[in-house]
Amino acid sequence: VRRHLLLLGVLAVLVGTAGLLARSDARPGRGAWTEAELRTVADLSLASLPPLPADPSNTVADDPRAARLGHALFFDAGLSVDGTVACATCHDPLRSFTDGLALSRGVGEVPRTSMTVVGTAYAPWFFWDGRKDSAWSQALGPLESPVEHGFDRVSVARHVALRYRQPFEELFGPLPDLLDAGRFPPAAAPVADPALHGAWQAMRPEDQDAVTGVFVGVGKALAAYQRLLRPGVARFDDFADRLLASGPAAARGLLDDDEIAGLRLFIGRANCVDCHNGPLFTNQAFHNTGVPARPGLPHDAGRAAGARAVLGDEFTCLGRWSDAPPEACGELRFLRIDDHAFERAFKVPTLRGVAEAGPFMHAGQFATLAEVIEHYDRAPAATSGHTELAPLRLGERERRQLEAFLRTLVAPVDAPDEFLAPPLDPALQAVGP
Amino acid sequence: MTSTPTAPNLPSRPVRARWLLLVVGASLALVVAVAAAMRPAGTPVPDELDLGTVRLGTGGLFRVGYETAPTPPPVGTLHTWTLTVTSPDGRPVEGADVRLDPNMPQHGHGLPTVPRVTGEVAPGRYLVEGMKFQMGGWWVVDVVVEARGVRDEVRFDLLLGR
Repeated sequence: VRRHLLLLGVLAVLVGTAGLLARSDARPGRGAWTEAELRTVADLSLASLPPLPADPSNTVADDPRAARLGHALFFDAGLSVDGTVACATCHDPLRSFTDGLALSRGVGEVPRTSMTVVGTAYAPWFFWDGRKDSAWSQALGPLESPVEHGFDRVSVARHVALRYRQPFEELFGPLPDLLDAGRFPPAAAPVADPALHGAWQAMRPEDQDAVTGVFVGVGKALAAYQRLLRPGVARFDDFADRLLASGPAAARGLLDDDEIAGLRLFIGRANCVDCHNGPLFTNQAFHNTGVPARPGLPHDAGRAAGARAVLGDEFTCLGRWSDAPPEACGELRFLRIDDHAFERAFKVPTLRGVAEAGPFMHAGQFATLAEVIEHYDRAPAATSGHTELAPLRLGERERRQLEAFLRTLVAPVDAPDEFLAPPLDPALQAVGP
Repeated sequence: MTSTPTAPNLPSRPVRARWLLLVVGASLALVVAVAAAMRPAGTPVPDELDLGTVRLGTGGLFRVGYETAPTPPPVGTLHTWTLTVTSPDGRPVEGADVRLDPNMPQHGHGLPTVPRVTGEVAPGRYLVEGMKFQMGGWWVVDVVVEARGVRDEVRFDLLLGR
C-alpha cells in the first residue's frame, strides 16, 4: 500500500510540474517575453506611428491657415440650425474629443455614439460604417444631418461669408455674393427634407456649384485642423519603449504586474491584437463581433450599408470636389461591396484614450470597459451576420488585467495648446448665427 | 480475506493494476485538458503549411507564382502583387484571365477590397492592384487562371505578421 501511495505521489508531482511548465514557459504571457511578443509590442508603441500621410484629395490639408480656420469652425455653434451645435459638442476636447453619451445629441438624437477625431488623419474610412472616404467629406455629413447640426449648405456658405470671409478667401478664392436673395434662398440643400430640397432644385446649377464649393472648403479646413490632433504618449508607450530598449527589468515600474499581464493577454490569448493592432490600436477595418443591437433603434447593417453609401456619395476621392488624381483613390477604386461579412460589421475604433471614450461600441451598448471585455470573453452569436469571435474563457482576474491594461492607453492629445479650446483670436472668434 | 505471509502479492496484483490504470487515466485526462485549454479559439492553423510562392495548378495545366511589392506583404496597406503564369515547363502564358480570391479561414472573411489584374506587364506577368490585408494571421489566396480554353487553379497559403 505504501508503494502504491508513493507511485501516486510521484505521478501527481510529475503531472503538476508538467502543468506548471506548460503555464510558465510554453504558454506565451508568462515568464520571459517571446520574440513575437516583443515585435507586437513594438508595433503598438506610438514610436512606430509613421508621419502623417498626405491627403491628396485636400490641397489645403497641410496649410496652417486652413488649420486655423478649421479650428474656429470646429468650435462654432453658428454652424447649426438653432445656433447650439458645434463639432465640439459631440467631439469635446475635454472628453478625448467624444461626448460621454451612449447616443450623441445634436439638434436631435443620433443613432450612433460619437467617435474620437484624434488620430483620424491615418484612417481610410470614416464613421462607424465607413460611409465617407476622407476627413473633409466626413466633416460635411453632420452639418447637413437633420439630427446633428441640422444645417444646410446655403446657410453654411452664408455664415462663412459673414464670419470668415477674409481667411476663407485667402485659401479658396472669392466667395459668391451669398447675400443676393434672388440667387441664394435662405436655406437649401440636396437632402431628404422636401422644403430644403425644393429650394435647392430651384437654384441655377452654377449657383448650386458655387455654394457646394464653399461647403467643401469648410470641410477641407475642418480636416486640416483635425489632422493636427494626434494621440499623445501614454504610460503603455513609456513601458513599451523601455522594454524594447533596456529589457523587462528596466521597464518594471512603468506598468504594474496586472497591467503587464493584461498587455500580454491583449497581444496573446485574448486575440485583441488581431484587429486592434498597430500604433493606433486599430486595423482601420470593419468586423462583426456580435455586438448586440440597441433596443429601440432601427436595424443597423454597419459596413454593408456604408460600403454602398460611399459609392453614391458626391464627396469622394473620385468625385469632382476632390483634389486627387484617380490613381490616388485606391481604397475607393478597389472597394468591396455586397460582402456577406460586412453585415453588422463596424469600424474597429482606436483604443488610445479608450478609458475616457465610453459608453462603448457603435451605439453605446456597453457602459463600462468591464462589460466590453465580458462581451468579447463570452462571444455571443451575432444578431445578424456572423460574429468573428470565439469564446475566450478568461478568468475574472484576467478580465480585470485586460481592463487595467486598456487604462494605460490614456494620454493627453498631442496638439498645440491653443487648438484644444475655442480660438482666442478675435478675428476668428465666432458669435451666434 | 486475510493475507498470508506465504502469498503476499497474489491478491494485491489486480488492485495495483486497477490503481495504475486509474492514475494513468487521470493523468492523461489532465494533460489533455491542459492542452485543450492552451489551444487558441477557432479553426487552428494547419501544422504544416506550405508557404511556397510558386505552385503547379491542381489540374497540372499552369504553374503560377507570385511576388509582392513590398515584400513581405504589408498588413493594413494597399499594395500590388505580380502573378507569373507559365506552362508546367516554364513557357509564359499570355493573355490569360486571372482572378484572385483571398480569404481568412479562421475569420470567415476575405479582403476589404476587390483586387484585380490591371495589366499584363510582361509576357505571362500580370499586375494585381488593390490587395489589402486587414489582419495578420493565416490567409489563403486562391488564384484561378483561364487561358487557351482551359482553366486551372492554385491556392497559396500565407502567414502574415500582426
